[in-house]
Amino acid sequence: MTTIQQGTLRPPVGAEDHVLGPEDAPVTLVEYGDFQCPHCRRAHGVLPKVLERLGPRVRFVFRHFPLAESHPNAVHAAEAAESVAAQAGEDAFWRMHDLMYDHQRDSDDSLDDEHLVRYAERAGADAATVALDLAGDTYEPVIKASFMTGVRSGVNGTPTFFINGARFEGDWTRVESFAAALEEVPT
Amino acid sequence: MSDASTILKAGTPAPDFSLPVTPDQRVSLSEFRGRPVILAFYPADWSPVCGDQLALYNEILSEFHKHHAELLGISVDSAWCHGAYAAQRKLHFPLLSDFEPKGEVARRYGAYREREGTAARALFVIDGEGIIRWSYLSPTGVNPGADGILEALESLDAGAHAGSPGGAA
Repeated sequence: MTTIQQGTLRPPVGAEDHVLGPEDAPVTLVEYGDFQCPHCRRAHGVLPKVLERLGPRVRFVFRHFPLAESHPNAVHAAEAAESVAAQAGEDAFWRMHDLMYDHQRDSDDSLDDEHLVRYAERAGADAATVALDLAGDTYEPVIKASFMTGVRSGVNGTPTFFINGARFEGDWTRVESFAAALEEVPT
Repeated sequence: MSDASTILKAGTPAPDFSLPVTPDQRVSLSEFRGRPVILAFYPADWSPVCGDQLALYNEILSEFHKHHAELLGISVDSAWCHGAYAAQRKLHFPLLSDFEPKGEVARRYGAYREREGTAARALFVIDGEGIIRWSYLSPTGVNPGADGILEALESLDAGAHAGSPGGAA
């Protein structure tokens, strides 16, 4: 049995990923997230400030890790984001990502299919197409594949962050400490 | 990790045990002979980090089952406590109660923390013959994820056997 290095991002960031920021940025921050997870929502409040602080030195990548047993709407939320991306591009994916976190706590049903379709339309996608994709679980395999890359990378809950491929065990809840961790990473 | 040497290593026969899984039912390790067993020792029901860890394993039970592996959680909590916890978190795998004598099984696996009076966060993958094939002690407060478990199960499937170096620490 080979020695196992736990908590290493596999596969590395590639063409399939949703990426914000320059491709040649020295620091790559990957989040495995769940749109119905309250901790991910909290991270969503911290991340823009952290990314702003780092500027072009960082690129941010989001991968899906919906915890279906804990969060009944999380898988469809992730599928909706993929449907939006497929139809309307990466900018629309990020708008959808932001909308779902911004509205996560509005009500108990704020991430049900009806709401997801509404956010998708606002993000720039065709509502009927997204509704069909959700009904047919078109993007379920994509989400499952993303989830399994997380499992194989040592994701241990949501959110889990990787900085230049190594699982980040530090504090992401404060802008100061999170930005400092990213600034200190050897590149 | 200085104390990683305390837990039982790959190649060691897994000590058998019989522990309550509900207030009136017991489970023995030897019952699972013939297929892999994942033992996940954890400090306590209800503590947030364990919750994440067990919730993650709960999500990927189907991956463990692909390897015909059985997952058993073990802590020093009572069977009543486990019952309430498993129901609330909708856990679909058994939680064993190392309650009386307290922590005895954890001690036999080198996975007991005297000062805290709880099990450590230790993982063991045991093959169908009852031999430990991989073990891992996670630093306190760090949720170990499932990547190591899956790699260990794949190595078992691939027929990696005795004498091979195991362990991640």
